[in-house]
Amino acid sequence: MGVRQTTILVILSFVAGLVVASFAGFREFIPGLLEGAWVTVRITVQGCLLAVVMAVIAGIAKMYGPWPLRWLAVCYIEVFRGTSALVQLFWLFFVLPHFGVFLEPMTVAVVGLGLNVGAYGAEVVRGAIQAVPRGQWEASTALNLTRMQALRRIILPQALVAMIPPWGNLFIELLKSTAIVSLITIGDLAFRAQQMNQTTLKTVQIFSIVLVMYLAISMVITLLMRLLERRAAAGLSRGRVS
Amino acid sequence: MLWDWGYTWEILPVLAGAAIVTIEATLVGFVIAALLGLAFAILRMSPSAWVRLPVGGLVEFIRSTPLLIQIFFLFFVFPKFGVTLSAFTAGFLALGLHYSTYCSEVYRAGLENIPKGQWEASIALNLSPWVTFRDIIIPQAIPPVVPALGNYLVALFKETPLLSAIAVLELMQTAKILGSENFRYTEPMTLVGIFFLLLSLISAAGIRQVERWLKNRRG
Repeated sequence: MGVRQTTILVILSFVAGLVVASFAGFREFIPGLLEGAWVTVRITVQGCLLAVVMAVIAGIAKMYGPWPLRWLAVCYIEVFRGTSALVQLFWLFFVLPHFGVFLEPMTVAVVGLGLNVGAYGAEVVRGAIQAVPRGQWEASTALNLTRMQALRRIILPQALVAMIPPWGNLFIELLKSTAIVSLITIGDLAFRAQQMNQTTLKTVQIFSIVLVMYLAISMVITLLMRLLERRAAAGLSRGRVS
Repeated sequence: MLWDWGYTWEILPVLAGAAIVTIEATLVGFVIAALLGLAFAILRMSPSAWVRLPVGGLVEFIRSTPLLIQIFFLFFVFPKFGVTLSAFTAGFLALGLHYSTYCSEVYRAGLENIPKGQWEASIALNLSPWVTFRDIIIPQAIPPVVPALGNYLVALFKETPLLSAIAVLELMQTAKILGSENFRYTEPMTLVGIFFLLLSLISAAGIRQVERWLKNRRG
């Protein structure tokens, strides 16, 4: 799907959403669910930022770091990829206070999901850097750039383009995993849905709206990533630009 | 004391029992995901747009909404339509349905890799579409994508703790109950984490083995 098709789809689904929202059966739930959606969006954005930072650090440390750093990065990646996101959240939420570290539930959510997705992202970063042709490194050496300069000025800008599509998928994975923060008492979209379900028992309406809301947020992410991809690829005369 | 070994040995058998439920849910869920995924992949190749587009839309929809909400949907909404599912059934159905959409993408990659000549030869031999799929296409399309399917088996396994949200007595729920009974979360939660880590690492090694075997077999 190109940028234009995605934009049209997003606009169409928002119009459809508004039409559905105007029906009496749905209207009463919208304000409360929108509040929950706002919490979901906040956690998603902050979690994504943390994930990108962690992924770049861990990915580069695993490839170029001195051995203690490399070992640490491998441990981080394997532990967070090898256990469930929910187990990690519960661990941060229930076990850390036992060691004297008390975190706000919101912080637990952002840190837990950010670290989890960051571990997957580290492999994306590594793959994208390795996909940059060797000649680029050799040319940088020939131009007397230091390794750090070469990485920052030559390699990373090229790797970035290859990273964007897999990062789009990871951001959507992160959005979907935010639903589990409702299990550690945060009032996100999934939490509001359950709460309203218990008080009104209008299960069908509530969960239908919630599914559509998640779909809308994920489509916005897809659209933004498409735009970013087009922008990042603009300077490079490589591949297909749509 | 930070870590109580006596308590650890006491809860280990209980957790081991719950681990069996987790593994059961994983296996049943994955069988559904593998079969339904193949069906989705084949339907998305249908020549008729009336089949292709709705199935494609459904797959995208399931893939972009959270598994937790889908579990709730099956558990809370289906009874309104007269289909009451037990927590365990709703759980493995939701897992299977969610991961079938991922599997369908994997199968699609496998199916698209089959050279066009194979289809044309099947038509030349006057094979029906059903026989073509069963005897010609699927036997060639599946083996190369087995490692990718294996990755989703591990991913599905790691999502099973979500079933604790509808009170299926799997590993996570059991650990939570043990934690709240004894006011000690450190040991059960850490053990659950270690269990998942160990099984994921073992299965990742297994998948690499299968990958190598497939590569050698193709020569």
